[in-house]
Parts: sequence; C-alpha cells; structure tokens
Amino acid sequence: MEKLSKERAEWIYKKMNDIRNFEDEVHQIFSTGSIPGFVHLYAGEEAIATGVCAHLTDDDYITSTHRGHGHCIAKGCDLNKMMAEIYGKETGLCKGKGGSMHIADIDKGMLGANGMVGGGFPIAIGAALRNKYLKTSDVAVCFFGDGAANEGTFHESINMASIWKLPVVFVNENNAFGEATPQKYASGSKKIADRASAYGIPGETVDGKDLAAIYEAAGKAIERARKGEGPTLIECVTYRNYGHFEGDEQKYKAQKGAEKELAERDNITEFRKYAIFKKLLTAKKADQLEKKSAEDVENAIKFAEESPIPKPESLYEDVFVD
Amino acid sequence: MARRITFMKAINEGLDMAMEKDERVILLGEDLAGGAGVEHLEEENEDAWGGVFGVTKGLMPKYGRERVIDTPISEMGYMGASVGAAATGLRPVPELMFNDFLGFCLDTLLAQGSKMRYMFGGKAKIPMTVRTCHGAGASAAAQHSGSYYGILASIPGIKVVVPSNPYDAKGLLISAIEDDNIVVFSEDKTLYGIKDEVPEDYYKVEIGKAKIKREGTDLTIVTIGKMLYVALEVADRLAKDGIEVEVIDLVTVAPWDQKTIIDSVKKTGRLIIIDEANPHNNTATDIASVVGDQAFDYLDGPIKKICAPNTPVPFATNLEQLYLPNADRVLETAAELIDDLKK
Ligand SMILES: Cc1ncc(C[n+]2csc(CCOP(=O)(O)OP(=O)(O)O)c2C)c(N)n1
Ligand SMILES: [Mg+2]
Repeated sequence: MEKLSKERAEWIYKKMNDIRNFEDEVHQIFSTGSIPGFVHLYAGEEAIATGVCAHLTDDDYITSTHRGHGHCIAKGCDLNKMMAEIYGKETGLCKGKGGSMHIADIDKGMLGANGMVGGGFPIAIGAALRNKYLKTSDVAVCFFGDGAANEGTFHESINMASIWKLPVVFVNENNAFGEATPQKYASGSKKIADRASAYGIPGETVDGKDLAAIYEAAGKAIERARKGEGPTLIECVTYRNYGHFEGDEQKYKAQKGAEKELAERDNITEFRKYAIFKKLLTAKKADQLEKKSAEDVENAIKFAEESPIPKPESLYEDVFVD
Repeated sequence: MARRITFMKAINEGLDMAMEKDERVILLGEDLAGGAGVEHLEEENEDAWGGVFGVTKGLMPKYGRERVIDTPISEMGYMGASVGAAATGLRPVPELMFNDFLGFCLDTLLAQGSKMRYMFGGKAKIPMTVRTCHGAGASAAAQHSGSYYGILASIPGIKVVVPSNPYDAKGLLISAIEDDNIVVFSEDKTLYGIKDEVPEDYYKVEIGKAKIKREGTDLTIVTIGKMLYVALEVADRLAKDGIEVEVIDLVTVAPWDQKTIIDSVKKTGRLIIIDEANPHNNTATDIASVVGDQAFDYLDGPIKKICAPNTPVPFATNLEQLYLPNADRVLETAAELIDDLKK
C-alpha cells in the first residue's frame, strides 16, 4: 500500500477543507431559505470520504448516501456544479433535476448520492461485478451509514460480494445515529464490523476521526480488492457536526460523556497537526490550502447564484434514452 | 365555533384515540418517537422527534415504547412484522415514512398481507393500517415526492384512502384502524399545516364513499387528495362565467365510489379527473375506463385526465411546479369540454 505522501496529504487536506467549507456554507445559506428541500450535511466526517477516496482514481466507482456531499467532493465532483445542483440550477451536475440527495457524476466514478437508505449496496456490488467481469483492477466503494446496515440490502449484498469475491469495499460511517435513533439501540451487534465475519469477509473498526487510520485501513482493503482477494468491511466511528438534516433540533445528542467528547473532536485540525508533525504539510502550506479552499467554495456559491434555472422543457427530458 | 386543528394534529389525534380505545393498536416505524435508549430523553419520557414531520409526537410519552415502537431502518422487517402481528390478533399501524420507500417492503403487502385471507380460504384477517405520505411540492426531489397510492390500489385485498382535509383525515384514520383489512392511509406531506374544524370526539368517515364538495350541473371534476383545492379554484373561476362545476373528492382510491361519480356524470355529461400520480395505469385511468363503460351514453365529450407527466419528480422548484397539476391546466381542458356549452 502506498504510504501517505506529501502530495496525497496536501490533496487530502484541501479536500477536507473543501467539504467543511462547503457544508458550513450550505448550512448558512439553507437558513436563509435560498436552498429548498432536504439537506444532510457531512461536516465532521471529512476524514472518511477523503481518507478512502485518496486511494481511488476516476476509474473506480463509489456509491454514496443521502449525506453525500463529502463523498462527491472527495471523488472529484466539481464544486461549482455541485453547489448549482443544490440550488436547483441548470448548470448543476444533474441539471438541477436531482438536488442535494441525488448528486452524481458517472464520469468521475461517482454513482450518486442516494435518497434511499441502503440503496447503494447492490449498486456498488454491481459495479464491482462489472469490474471483475471486464477483468479490470478497478474497485467499487460503498459508503453507508450505521442505520443503513439494518436494511436487507446490506446483508444480501455483502454475502454476494463475499461468495463472488467481488472487488468492493464497504465503508461504514458509524456516526452514532440514524436520524434520531441511536446505533446502540438499532443494532444487535455492538460493532458493525462484527457482522463481516458472518459473511466470511474481513471487518475492522477504526477511529473515524483519525485520517491516518482510515487512510491505512482503506488502502489495505482497496489493495486486497484490486488483487482479486474479495471484499472488506471497514467501520469508521465518527460523529456529525450538524443535525440529521437542516432544521433538526438534535435533542437526542448527549451533553456529556464519551459521545460529547467524540463530538468535540475535529478531524480536520487533528489531521493538520498530524501532517505537520509528520512533515507531510508545513503550517504555511496548510494555511494556503485553507485559504484556497475558502475561495473555491465562495466561487461555487457565486457560480450557483448567478446560474439560470432549468428550462421548462427539461422537465420531460432524460426519462428514456432517445 | 368548533375548534380548528391542523391536518397533522388531526392524524395525531386519530391515532391517539384509536390507541386509547383499543390496546391491540400499536405503532411501528422509524423515529416515531426517536431517541430510543438516550438517557436524558428516557428520564424525561420525551420523544426526540415524534416522526420525521412530527405527526406522532407525544404518543410515545403517553403510551410507552411497547406501543409506539421505533424500528431500525428495516422496512421489510417491520412491515412484514405488522402483517404477522395483524394475522395473529393485533391491530398494527406501521408507518412507511415516504411512499417512495415502498420497494423496500413491497413483498409484505403485495405477496403476503393482501393475499393471506384469500389464499387461506377466508381463514385469516389482516387488520392493519399502513400510514405513509406522498406528494410533490416540498422540494424533496425524485425519491421523496412520488404519489404511489395508485400502485397499492391496484392490489386486490388492499384498501387505500387519501384524505384531503383534517376532518376526513381523523375520521378516515379511525375507520381504517377499525377495518379488518389492510388499509393504506396516504397523507399528502404538503397538507400537514392546513387547518380546519375537527370535532374532539371519536368519529368515523366512511371508507369507499366519495364526497361531493360542491354541487354543479355542467362539469364533474373528480379529485384525489390535495388536487381537491385545484378543482375548487377551477370551480370558482368557472362560476364567474356561469358554469357550474360539481367537485367530487374521491376520498377512497380503492375501492373507489363508482356510484357517486357515475351519478354525477349522468347529470353533467362531462368529466375531468385530477390525479397527482404519473399518468399511466393510475387511478384516473381506471375511473375514466369505468365511467366510459358505464355512462357512455350520458357523456357530451371525452373524459379528460389531468395528471403529473410521465417523469420522476424534478428537484428544481420551477420544474416541480410545472410537474404538479394546476388550475390553469385544468381550465384549459375545461374550456375544450364546455366550449359548446357557452355557445
Ligand atoms: C429506505 C429508506 N428508509 C428510510 C429513509 C429515511 N431516512 C433517511 S436518512 C435516515 C437515517 C440514515 O441513517 P444512517 O444510515 O446512519 O446515515 P446518517 O444519516 O447517520 O449518515 C433515514 C431513516 C430513507 N431515506 N430510505
Ligand atoms: Mg448514522
């Protein structure tokens, strides 16, 4: 597995900041009413999307969730077009027809955020089946929440991936809640990674706030998948900064104890410190990347705001291939 | 004057009274209360959410977690469990948060619950009420905005009701819960905030009976759910030209009230059906075919359907507004039908 290089570390740090800035801005804008609909923010979980996607190319596929902005950014989706999509503009990645929950960019290997919890599992193993069938060394990564692990699709898909040794990595983002319901209540197995053994695949739980830990676990699993050795399940223990969706009062969040401590950890500042300590980043470089990231997100907002709304006739387009 | 409450509160009250009356009534679904096992909430006996829209708020604190059951995100599991519990004597009211999640639990309704009584030679009954929500207009995008009551209505053994106002919502829900069959109760998520007069007592609205909301002699408009308000606007506007529209709220999509509609068409000779579902194989199509068959001789023109287009629901606000049937579209169609009437 490729060790974390300076170049990768810079890429990761920039992407982590892109995600955070993007989400913090969307949070702000949503409260003004300029963005309609349901928005689920990824802030707080940046280490997972970036630490995993750092190992992927545009030829690898990912499936995402309703909380998909972070995966999109890490997989290389254009910030301007993402923001325009969230605003419902014609210039959006999906022509304004999908919105926050359906951002996709197949050319980048991004098979879509998904409004259906658990919808990504079978699609990911389908992409992995394709990779195997075509004898490529490409992989598929399926990001999913702790809540999603309780859908039947999780079990069916992991079992099939196992028996067919598909090149897929299941990356669980265990942020302690599915909506307002604690993972501890909803799951019979304490750890989601424990379920891997039931299907005969390796499973591992890592600190989801620790970029280096995720980078390493994902690197190994992706390498294994590329070599045709089959799927892996990685559980990343994390926490979301905001509510389930914008407008959530978050009455279920703990005000003290281990949960509160986890909530207070910031995976971006932790990585900054780590990368500087490991001489992968200089403070100056980190500052530059932060500044550039803020500018990029600001430009994305400007782009989205100035973009036109979709033309009426587009309502009828793209139902079928013509 | 009677008290006015929201559509949402009316549903909450219907659930509350049905639970109060019959201990066999239990609720199952995702985050009906929320916060299961969260210490500070359990101490205060508080729900974190009370449903994603707040419809079930306060029911868990009142009836406890044994009766208001928060499930994992396992629609197949809890919908099927509801069928099993209903077949064995309980009266479950599962909630499918959005009707677009139907695919995650359809087997339990399509191949299990709806067929048991028939397959078992009449030896089973499945008294369960599936609450769900449908409807575009909330910018909820393609996977949270569809209107799929018609799909369920096409399954023998399932009744489907779609209330348009708070009064009907409460009464229909109570009827559904008392009914010994599977009844799907589909709420339009954009109606939750509307207010109307709702009696405080336990009352029922008949399943299978359409309601004439406005009498008229020139044109019948049949509506499902929220589309009632489109028809009422059309009726107001046409009344200015002296055209009297009869507006019928279908209320029950399966089995729908053939008599009320056919009687009306016999009187007016013209029919428009407004259905927010996609246009093919939907309820409007079924009504058109039955009326065409039963009242052909009384018709003065073609039966017209106004539906959503044959597309998923788009996200962009302007496209979503275009997607929804509206008064202008209905007026254009009405103009074609009543042209000769004005002459
Ligand atoms: C099939 C389906 N069931 C339920 C929902 C409603 N819903 C949306 S997000 C969510 C919680 C998901 O929790 P988790 O998988 O842990 O992801 P997180 O939001 O925590 O990132 C639920 C229940 C849905 N969108 N799709
Ligand atoms: Mg979660």
